Amino acid sequence: MKYGVNEQGYYGDFGGAYIPEMLYPNVEELRQQYLTIINDDAFRAEFDQLLKDYVGRPSPLYLAKRYSEKYGANIFFKREDLNHTGSHKINNAIGQILLAKRLGKKRVIAETGAGQHGVATATVCALMGIECVVYMGEVDMARQAPNVSRMKMLGATVVPATSGSKTLKDATNEAMRDWIGNPVDTHYIIGSVVGPYPYPDMVARFQSVISFETKKQLLEHTGKELPEYVMACVGGGSNAMGMFYHFLDDESVKLVAVEAAGKGVDSGHSAATTFLGREGVLHGSRTILMQTDDGQVIEPYSISAGLDYPGIGPQHAHLYKIQRAQYVSVTDTEALQAGLLCSQLEGIIPAIESAHAFAYLEKMKFKKDDTVVICLSGRGDKDLDTYIKYFGY
Amino acid sequence: MNRLNQLFNTKKNNLLSIYYTAGYPEINTTLDIAEALEKAGVDFLEVGFPYSDPVADGPTIQHSSEKALESGMTLNLLFEQLADLRKRITIPILLMGYANPMIQYGVERFCKKAAEVGVDGVIVPDLPMYEYETLYAGYFKDNNLSNIFLVTPQTSEERIRKIDKLSNSFIYLLSSSAITGGNLQVSVNIEDYYKRIKAMELNNPAIIGFGISDNKSFSKACEYASGAIVGSAFVKLLGTEGYMEKIPGFIESIRL
Repeated sequence: MKYGVNEQGYYGDFGGAYIPEMLYPNVEELRQQYLTIINDDAFRAEFDQLLKDYVGRPSPLYLAKRYSEKYGANIFFKREDLNHTGSHKINNAIGQILLAKRLGKKRVIAETGAGQHGVATATVCALMGIECVVYMGEVDMARQAPNVSRMKMLGATVVPATSGSKTLKDATNEAMRDWIGNPVDTHYIIGSVVGPYPYPDMVARFQSVISFETKKQLLEHTGKELPEYVMACVGGGSNAMGMFYHFLDDESVKLVAVEAAGKGVDSGHSAATTFLGREGVLHGSRTILMQTDDGQVIEPYSISAGLDYPGIGPQHAHLYKIQRAQYVSVTDTEALQAGLLCSQLEGIIPAIESAHAFAYLEKMKFKKDDTVVICLSGRGDKDLDTYIKYFGY
Repeated sequence: MNRLNQLFNTKKNNLLSIYYTAGYPEINTTLDIAEALEKAGVDFLEVGFPYSDPVADGPTIQHSSEKALESGMTLNLLFEQLADLRKRITIPILLMGYANPMIQYGVERFCKKAAEVGVDGVIVPDLPMYEYETLYAGYFKDNNLSNIFLVTPQTSEERIRKIDKLSNSFIYLLSSSAITGGNLQVSVNIEDYYKRIKAMELNNPAIIGFGISDNKSFSKACEYASGAIVGSAFVKLLGTEGYMEKIPGFIESIRL
């Protein structure tokens, strides 16, 4: 694969494994085994079966007629919101829990921002009977309370992260600390294409089911498997990487990644990493992150708890740098309006994360026959409070 | 030969090192604390440059880093503060922190500046061997700076041998695979680990760190290694009133 990872875990200048020695054995164990395990026939069979019968895959590729009329192109939604637990996060969680089992791990930890990854992890741990601890920023716990309850009901322990901005970045720090202290029996299910190698590659492979299905479904719908545009929102970037994966080598397909500009890229309250960040090291990989001149990580802001992460995955950083994908941003307001529009035009309330991708449609110009696939990465139930507060319903 | 090598050549046992965070609890006391520690008989020092996301640190050191950053500590300021280092301090000094601030400063520039002010070595826990070897080792060597690698109970013998080969002063032996400030659990396993390292007869001396907080844990560590490092326990002391006056007593209580 032209844009894939090399043997040292790098995508061009980005990636690697910047980890303290305490994590080296865990990460090395994964590095040595992940490809053998996930390419094993029995693993594939179990993974595919669970995706089909438990998650409900393939997720539909839906031709959004009213959207198509509005924007003057053939607009398809890849319906990850219809997955069990309500988002694309379950694809990766299923993959990693099967991996954890084969590695003989007895305990799973995870971090979560919006709670979707936490819920997905708590779900697969319940499914497999494995102890589950989820770290979540204190602020996110308050704004995503229903997901906290879901995780607890599924048997997980939810631990509040109380340092820094008390959001996803801090939850990730806490999860890494836990892993450092429990190096033998614990697997850390990272929820995005971030972290030390092999996580970015491993998570991308588990999420690549999204683009794999899309190609087949597009062929059925349109007679061609390549669209003109593929679009997705980006926080860490797992749904986007899953949506882009099997299109990366098809250079005719334009890839559009939409970041959260928050209150505006230059407002001081933003999470638009490629606009505001530069190269550095965060959570184990060399990537692009928002930071001060002195290398201190800047607290990101977005109305969406799933997008307020100060970095992007290293593969995204590479795609950005070499301009294989276009990175753009939309504000909180634009995303919320897009969420309302999607609800009222198509009868689908999207997660605010996904609404960011939808909002960028407003800024694009399509030719009449263009085919556009946009990843509807999650459903909006968890964000109802935010929508309600904004629109006053 | 830098000051660290000289120290390890002349003193083989019971070496005591102290870690503290630059800019904590007060922004301008970095060298005052160093001076007090040297007077109290500490053999070498580790001065932390703070980072916003210190994944290998426990709550005590993380808190000190947050406070130092709030007070305005930066690498630029730290190097300014260290300009008089060698007029006031004779013992070896290491800088300890995370990769990103060093990379943003520029690793070559960082190494040059560190050597210029009289720093002897650097400990960067999240700068792994592969990246060190392929990207940065030359800058360290050109400036006669030691890069200190960490070893945990889970580090393989093959990897320890490689670390020994890449090291030129000491190896930082973690008392357990944990973040800073944890308790030193002296169990059969840990003793086996220390014995295993000792039996490897490495070229570089081993210094034990993480979880060393009192005379008991210091003495235990010194049975198996050339010395030990106290971090969180000292940073806790810095958070108390009249901390400067308490430094000699604290060091005495560790050494007894």
